Amino acid sequence: MFPSQFGYHKPGSVAEAVKLLQADPDAKIVAGGHSLIPAMKLRLAAPSALVDLSGIESLRGISVNGNVSIGAMTTYAQIRDSAKLKAALPVLADVAYNVGDPQVQSCGTLGGSLAHNDPAADFTAVLVALGASVKAVGPKGERTIPVEDLLVDLLTTSLAEDEVLTEIIIPGGTSAAAYEKFRHPASGYAVVGVAAAVKTGKGGVVDDAKIAITGCTSKATRAHAAEQAFIGKPLSAESIAAASAVAANGLDLNGDHYASADYRGHLVGVQTRRALERLA
Amino acid sequence: MGIPVPMATRIPVRITVNGVEYAAEVEPRLLLVHFLRDNLGLTGTHVGCDTSQCGACTVYLNGQSIKSCTVLAVQANGGEVTTIEGLAVGNDYDPVQQGFWEMHGLQCGYCTPGMIMSSHALLDRNPNPSEEEIRHALEGNLCRCTGYQNIVKAVQRAAELRAGK
Ligand SMILES: Cc1cc2nc3c(=O)[nH]c(=O)nc-3n(C[C@H](O)[C@H](O)[C@H](O)COP(=O)(O)OP(=O)(O)OC[C@H]3O[C@@H](n4cnc5c(N)ncnc54)[C@H](O)[C@@H]3O)c2cc1C
Ligand code: FES
Ligand code: FES
Repeated sequence: MFPSQFGYHKPGSVAEAVKLLQADPDAKIVAGGHSLIPAMKLRLAAPSALVDLSGIESLRGISVNGNVSIGAMTTYAQIRDSAKLKAALPVLADVAYNVGDPQVQSCGTLGGSLAHNDPAADFTAVLVALGASVKAVGPKGERTIPVEDLLVDLLTTSLAEDEVLTEIIIPGGTSAAAYEKFRHPASGYAVVGVAAAVKTGKGGVVDDAKIAITGCTSKATRAHAAEQAFIGKPLSAESIAAASAVAANGLDLNGDHYASADYRGHLVGVQTRRALERLA
Repeated sequence: MGIPVPMATRIPVRITVNGVEYAAEVEPRLLLVHFLRDNLGLTGTHVGCDTSQCGACTVYLNGQSIKSCTVLAVQANGGEVTTIEGLAVGNDYDPVQQGFWEMHGLQCGYCTPGMIMSSHALLDRNPNPSEEEIRHALEGNLCRCTGYQNIVKAVQRAAELRAGK
């Protein structure tokens, strides 16, 4: 299998990439290519040209100073192997180790995962739970978008066709975070994934919490009912059980030949409990 | 700049494969695996699924294992590729090849080049992996024959050989 014909550009700067995208509305960005190229081989996507961001050095890298900032072209492998991240926010390296397989981790990028917005992606949920935002640069300049607003619907984001996602920013202050994924045995994607992040204060009382679900909704979605069940309380067997019991409430769950919506709802509760137990 | 490239365009690339630099003009849609197999005749890299699942096409690109059926040759421009043909030194097998040979980590052999490249990449990152780490690292490589037991043993043997045991 090979894609239909297309042109190829490798800009050296974000400004140049934006110009190329403006000049050709049917051109598409390629980052790691691990969602786009399979789609092009199946002829589900047929862009007129690819704008390869891999030549833009400024889009790569990880920095930690209070906030964690990760360039859009940073690969899962770089996140997985980053000593800085393992110290500052170990959940990120942990998640990266379990995305797809090592070869996918060598290529796939954090920016690509968000821009693609696969309903079963891992980092979408993790970044929602961590309260992250992204920077995007387009013809009118740069803007900052909370990840929750970036993810609009199935495979759809609020990025314009001529905008480049450049950076992911995760605010400091998270006391603990965990991600529990129930893997599809063949594809490795999440059947249900639950990401949880908490800020705890005096006496271990949870001051703030975000829980985000992936794999069973059209996009990574907050589980507000579960959050409310333990905010203001310490994480205990009791508050965790209360949160897990209501975790699937209010979610529009989908089912398929592998797992029904009911079963996925059950898994949301189980995975929420497991994630919160890792935080306690 | 700013003008879309016409269809059927060809892009000049320089790709170093197993230490030799090759220059070619390729269509942007040419997959790296076809560049290796069809342009260079390096048929040790196999195509199993052609859908990014099986890992038979695994090679090193710039020091990391990748599935060459899911990377364009133009994306490898300026890069360094190592294929299964590039592992042995003269008549001496690489320790990972030797491990597969000694422990019989194969039956039909179709998945083997990819298995060896992935195992090699694991041992570069983690010279002394546990069984669980070996199985995790080979999740992107499918074998329809062996049931994986001897593949795990082969990687364990390769780790010993690399440590000089
Ligand atoms: C075998 C396999 C298993 C996988 N398993 C998992 C898994 O378990 N969990 C998981 O989360 N994912 C999984 N993936 C998907 C993988 O994570 C993808 O790499 C990722 O979703 C997309 O990242 P990419 O860099 O490859 O993006 P690409 O494929 O290059 O791009 C994807 C889309 O995003 C756009 N885009 C990319 N970067 C930018 C940017 N900076 N600005 C604006 N738009 C941009 C592109 O135009 C394209 O539309 C798997 C993929 C494969 C092939
Ligand atoms: S042929 Fe590339 S992953 Fe199967
Ligand atoms: S030995 Fe036959 S596919 Fe692995």
